[in-house]
Amino acid sequence: MSNLKIFSKGFIKENPVFVLLLGMCPALAVTSSAINGLGMGLATLFVLVMSNLVVSIIKNLVPDKVRIPVFIVIIASFVTVVDLSMAGFAPALHAALGIFIPLIVVNCIVLGRSEAFASKNNVKTSLLDGLGMGLGFTFALTLLGAVREILGSGSIFGFKFIPGDAILAFILAPGAFIALGYLIAIINLLKKRYAK
Amino acid sequence: MAKKESTFINMVITLFVVTLLASTALGFVYEVTKEPIAKAKLAKKTAAIKNVMPDFSNNPVEAMYKIPGPEGYDSLEIYPAENNGKDIGAAVRTYSKKGYAGEVWLMVGFNPQGEIINIDVLEHKETPGLGTKMADAQFKDQFTGKHPEEYNLKVKKDGGDVDAITAATISSRAFAEAVQHAWEIYQKADKGESNE
Repeated sequence: MSNLKIFSKGFIKENPVFVLLLGMCPALAVTSSAINGLGMGLATLFVLVMSNLVVSIIKNLVPDKVRIPVFIVIIASFVTVVDLSMAGFAPALHAALGIFIPLIVVNCIVLGRSEAFASKNNVKTSLLDGLGMGLGFTFALTLLGAVREILGSGSIFGFKFIPGDAILAFILAPGAFIALGYLIAIINLLKKRYAK
Repeated sequence: MAKKESTFINMVITLFVVTLLASTALGFVYEVTKEPIAKAKLAKKTAAIKNVMPDFSNNPVEAMYKIPGPEGYDSLEIYPAENNGKDIGAAVRTYSKKGYAGEVWLMVGFNPQGEIINIDVLEHKETPGLGTKMADAQFKDQFTGKHPEEYNLKVKKDGGDVDAITAATISSRAFAEAVQHAWEIYQKADKGESNE
């Protein structure tokens, strides 16, 4: 697989949210606005890239039987770094994302990419993979957040274009499922068109 | 480089080294972010106090003391405010457990006569679009300038004077209860000071 393909597969072809359906918990829970989705996506992107990098460097030093605990320790460390830095330098975003930042540790995409990709590939392709997957995740979360924010509160990135309330349900939990369902359908349709 | 075998000693050494490195790195990050986090927290508190109290010249955060809360509640924090040595009231950090989704935290400012100056919503998990309206001026400004002795801090449904938010009576009730707690504590604080 060429480097470009490794990098770009995370966007549409193997998008973590729309195609692999991984990491649904933060994808559904924090995307009540575009900015929340973007923040969550970027935090996950950082953890993905850094853990992929470190895992691919040390992959031969780690005995097979203890690789999962080692990966988890690495991921948890980077998540804590994100958590502490966000609390210090972006307190408002930290308050909005709340519990979901520490929960990146158990996000299946991060461990999934470490186990399925970085532990078997070299540093360069692992970095590209982490970057691509992370950007794909960020793209998906921002898109989902934007759709829900536009429909639910009539604003985008906090900029209000409809006074008053919009379709409130889209800000609430059911709206997350409905919006995600339609987005997946649209992505599938586009993929089919492209394949032809 | 060949992959390390999963012998007992290899596994122990690997796990030991990885956890040691991770904790060292985290200790370093913690030290770096400690100050910005403390600053961000302080800034948030001071901003909330500034919101509910007119100009104070002292440092209410430093003068903060705690008074045991109503039955079943933790101690509440009082932030006495002074302007050039003159008592201009106090801000009380208060909460209610009766929110629609957990606790509702407020900062309530009282002037020396016991009238409510302003209220700031600190933290809550109420339903977006319904309970969150408690932070809107339309709801919380009805408390401004009211004296809790003449103004019954209960929603109208419960025989009080508070106009509840449409479709968010439970959130309104919790809001009113939190203000009531603040008032009870403020009275205690007042007496404590006059006894000195």
